[in-house]
Amino acid sequence: MENLIALLVAAPLLGAVVLLCGGRRLDAVGHWIGTILSSASFVIGVVLFTDLLGKNAEHRTLMQHLWTWVPVEGFQADVTFRLDQLSMTFVLLITGVGSLIHLYSVGYMEHDERRRRFFGYLNLFLAAMLILVLADNYLLLYVGWEGVGLASYLLIGFWQHKPSAATAAKKAFLVNRVGDMGLSIAIMLMFTTFGTFAFGPVLSHVGDASEGKLTGIALMLLLAACGKSAQVPLQSWLGDAMEGPTPVSALIHAATMVTAGVYLIVRSGAIFNAAPDAQLVVTVVGAVTLLFGAIVGCAKDDIKKALAGSTMSQIGYMVLAAGLGPIGYVFAIMHLVTHGFFKAGLFLGAGSVMHGMNDEVDMRKYGGLRKYMPVTFITFGLGYLAIIGFPGLSGFFSKDKIIEAAFAKGGTEGWILGGAALLGAAITAFYMTRVMLMTFFGEKRWQPDENGNEPHPHESPKTMTIPMIVLAFGSVFAGGIFGIGDRFLHWLEPITGHEEGNSPVSALTVTLATMVVLVIGVGIAWAQYGRKPVPAVAPRGSLLTRAARRDLLQDDFNHVVLVRGGEHLTRSLVYVDHTLVDGVVNGTAASMGGLSGRLRKLQNGYARSYAVSMFGGAAILVAATLLMRAV
Amino acid sequence: MNPVNYLYLSALLFTIGATGVLIRRNAIVVFMCIELMLNACNLAFVTFSRMHGNLDGQVIAFFTMVVAAAEVVVGLAIIVSLFRSRHSASVDDASLMKL
Amino acid sequence: MSFPLLTATAALPALGAVATAAVPAARRTAAKWLALLVSLATLALGITILVRFDPGGDRYQLTESHPWIADFGVRYELGVDGIAVALIGLTALLIPFVILAGWHDADPLETGNKRWRPTQGFFALILAVEAMVIISFEATDVFLFYIFFEAMLIPMYFLIGGFGDSAHEHGDEAAATQRSYAAVKFLLYNLVGGLIMLAAVIGLYVVAGNFSLADIAQARADGTLHMATNTERWLFLGFFFAFAVKAPLWPLHTWLPNAMGEATAPVAVLITAVVDKVGTFAMLRFCLQLFPNASKWATPVILVLAVISIIYGALLAVGQRDIKRLVAYASISHFGFIVLGIFAMTSQGQSGATLYMVNHGISTAALMLVAGFLISRRGSRLIADYGGVQKVAPVLAGTFLIGGLATLSLPGLAPFVSEFLVLVGTFSRYPAIGIIATFGIVLAALYTLVLYQRTMTGPVKPEVASMPDLRPRELLVVAPLIVLLIFLGVYPKPITDIVNPAVKQTMSDVHKKDPKPSVEAAK
Repeated sequence: MENLIALLVAAPLLGAVVLLCGGRRLDAVGHWIGTILSSASFVIGVVLFTDLLGKNAEHRTLMQHLWTWVPVEGFQADVTFRLDQLSMTFVLLITGVGSLIHLYSVGYMEHDERRRRFFGYLNLFLAAMLILVLADNYLLLYVGWEGVGLASYLLIGFWQHKPSAATAAKKAFLVNRVGDMGLSIAIMLMFTTFGTFAFGPVLSHVGDASEGKLTGIALMLLLAACGKSAQVPLQSWLGDAMEGPTPVSALIHAATMVTAGVYLIVRSGAIFNAAPDAQLVVTVVGAVTLLFGAIVGCAKDDIKKALAGSTMSQIGYMVLAAGLGPIGYVFAIMHLVTHGFFKAGLFLGAGSVMHGMNDEVDMRKYGGLRKYMPVTFITFGLGYLAIIGFPGLSGFFSKDKIIEAAFAKGGTEGWILGGAALLGAAITAFYMTRVMLMTFFGEKRWQPDENGNEPHPHESPKTMTIPMIVLAFGSVFAGGIFGIGDRFLHWLEPITGHEEGNSPVSALTVTLATMVVLVIGVGIAWAQYGRKPVPAVAPRGSLLTRAARRDLLQDDFNHVVLVRGGEHLTRSLVYVDHTLVDGVVNGTAASMGGLSGRLRKLQNGYARSYAVSMFGGAAILVAATLLMRAV
Repeated sequence: MNPVNYLYLSALLFTIGATGVLIRRNAIVVFMCIELMLNACNLAFVTFSRMHGNLDGQVIAFFTMVVAAAEVVVGLAIIVSLFRSRHSASVDDASLMKL
Repeated sequence: MSFPLLTATAALPALGAVATAAVPAARRTAAKWLALLVSLATLALGITILVRFDPGGDRYQLTESHPWIADFGVRYELGVDGIAVALIGLTALLIPFVILAGWHDADPLETGNKRWRPTQGFFALILAVEAMVIISFEATDVFLFYIFFEAMLIPMYFLIGGFGDSAHEHGDEAAATQRSYAAVKFLLYNLVGGLIMLAAVIGLYVVAGNFSLADIAQARADGTLHMATNTERWLFLGFFFAFAVKAPLWPLHTWLPNAMGEATAPVAVLITAVVDKVGTFAMLRFCLQLFPNASKWATPVILVLAVISIIYGALLAVGQRDIKRLVAYASISHFGFIVLGIFAMTSQGQSGATLYMVNHGISTAALMLVAGFLISRRGSRLIADYGGVQKVAPVLAGTFLIGGLATLSLPGLAPFVSEFLVLVGTFSRYPAIGIIATFGIVLAALYTLVLYQRTMTGPVKPEVASMPDLRPRELLVVAPLIVLLIFLGVYPKPITDIVNPAVKQTMSDVHKKDPKPSVEAAK
């Protein structure tokens, strides 16, 4: 069975190679090749899953050693895949949602002349993401980690004739590179501490290492997670990443890649458990980001950017849960999976809306779309109910558990984190209701553009609606399937461990409180956007709104401090290199030239003057000899 | 007679020769001054030979004479051909040894 | 006596150079083919060396030794260890691509000033450089090494000064002035370095009494040759200075951007991917083996210089407006990594550094040659003159991107393995320096992606609208390099297996052991 693991990766990788090197003759069938290969990967995943289910919990880890990657004295990196409950969960999510989005893209990218290439990149992404979650050591994980970064770069910048897309792609890669730096330092620290960076030996020897080193490793892993998962302070790239085609936003920037940071933290749980200080930082990052993303999501009029803010916020929940330690690991992953369903569904819905609206993204130019695109409306609506945590739907089970776990952390921290999570839930309800109302309810607000083309909203083709329907099913039922009877908990517990914690408030109280803030959030949104018509031009808004529209000024900060500062630094260094470093050399050369120019005058060609210098020289020699003898 | 006096004479002759080389422009005169210097050296060599009581200095003096003879041949040839091409025997007119 | 394989590998391109130069001007195409065939035959010999070399065997293999200048104890002594084998392989591999990429670079000009350009001379000089580089890698006699280390400057000088970018060839005299400035600068820098090295070589002879690397190293190891501390330090500095100029290490780097900027792309590849490697290689072979104590003494300063090179080169690359100069500064940054790996004195660092030399050669060749193809189409080296190339020439843009990704050490491509090894090797002994060097990976992403964005993406500029995509000859140059980059990124074992024993030897030369991890988890 374990020999199948490599096939999981190989199928989409083959797709990427064939599609990217195949040339134009594959244009006609390229998208189907990509879709079939990613589905093949999903089928293999399902086969492996049933195999794992048939085994005892202790025997659910499959390993496949492929080859020795970097054999150097004292340093051993292997290409080895590990399939256990945690990676299995991810494999199913990635290949499942991935295949659906491939199918969706067949319709969505139909009119793009570079569709083949798009599918090549999507397959490349799947392969890299699978390497990331299947790797058995941190260095191989790093390969997947940067591989998804590359795929994300290529896909964000897919429409690279638009300068904004190219810039967004570059920004995403660069910010991620800062995170990658964290990952590479973490691996180096592991190497010096443990002499290896394979999961097994490192995680089982955590107890022998000093807490200082473990804290260092954990914080560096957190930095990596912040980059990939768009957590504060490295969150600025995610909003811009919406420049990519919408299926990309759904797959990479909502369902899978951005959750890699959560995977990393949960996978390295043993390290974080032994480094409480780092855990505290993780929870703080999670709590801050969940509020940050939510606030940004409230102010955006661009439907994709509003959803991006929401993604950031939901991942904040996951990171918060992961920071709680064994109390929260399982729920972090559970929320990750349910989020994968409903957020992908929401993005695909947004894509469907844009598809019908001539690629308009401003929600203020939507309105009343429920009549025009009923399937999109219903699937989007179900995703909406799931994300705000409507009782019985997916988000309810997973988010509620995270809020409970935050309280269960205990002490002042528990109250603060739990409070932040509750507040986040209220804001989530607000901004998602806002998106829903502005898009599907109210009066139509779209106008003909300057060429007189008025959008004619229409339902999308079958290839696009089917994935949306499937994901809507997931949004509705996944939470129940996972949560009722703690099935998910029992599945993951052997890998992540689990503790109940001691909550100062009962689970029922938390659920009730969540319901109350949910109603408040929805109520405020309805009062603002449901009861009265939405203005087609955004009002000026409060200071906070205006700041939130600009991503809470993060970009302005980056621009002033990093971009400007960097430009000045490089410019002055170029100057220094030219004038100082090179100047010294050129100066030496010039002074040599000057000196020899002067010396040249002595060579005047007169035999008698040469004779004088000869006599002079002889005289000096004689004098020197006599002098030496005298001394 | 004190041999040191020969050395004084030799030094005197050498100085006259050197001065001549430096201040005269006529190539022939310069040339003869060089000969004078060589012979001053020869005188010194022979004197030293006498003072030290061995023949080394005299041997060297013979060498010098042979070399001087060879030099006369080459040097006069150069001066003659220089005079032919430039119609002047002034050494300052032939300042060609520069870039 | 067995077949002198090492001599043959160096002599073949040398004879080829003579033969190529002798081809009459009218048959210049024949000269090109001859040069290409010779370089391919040399590659075959290089592969033979690779096959014949036994990683588990003696330190120096395939040795040849003949007396040469007996009075001074100079011998014609050749031998290769794993590091040399890897680099000979790299050189032999890259030259055919260089020749193929420069196929039309030395064709007679049709317009503008009718300056005479000897086509055969161009290819003969490339082969001459190859011969000298190969023999430098093979020489185990210090004097023999020195001669070819210096002699390769001569053909390089003519290659830089004599054959400019076709882009600038049609222009005014200013371009020619720039070019001769670059060539003279290259020559002077390296001559000064070589002069100081010559003093040190003579000094070494005075102290040791012969020039044989193996003998001196042996005598040093068993204590029969004692060097005073100061003597050793001065000699070390003399050698190191020459290698640091060649490598080049900050602040001795300023010749490289000029030389690479003015030379044609294939010659720039020759400079940075082949000739400069002799510098870093010699640090490993001569500095560490002959002067182990002095090497350890100088380590802190050298590491700091290396880190400055990494960061400084990367920052300057960000600030460049000229594509080729950008690649040159990126190379300075990469040479910083190589030096860092060598002087971190760990197995990972030194294996990584050797691997880095090979990988950097391939990746820079890929990036620079594609950049050269790009420049030859538009006739400008300025980044600002491009834009939207991706739209009109997708294959060119794609290969350029892969070259760029290799330069920024994307995992999965060859340079990642070596860069990570260098970083981890440095970090395990000098954590602070390791962390600062890690910033280099962010800056590498910055300059590469900015370059890609400005040239390849965005709206199509009218001047590039009719730009043709890669031609078959050009694709033939780039595709194998890219395949190699991927292959060595996924499976570097063939090279590490050859390199590891040599590194182990070097580590024992300097009496250093790898730091032990605080927790024994690997078993």
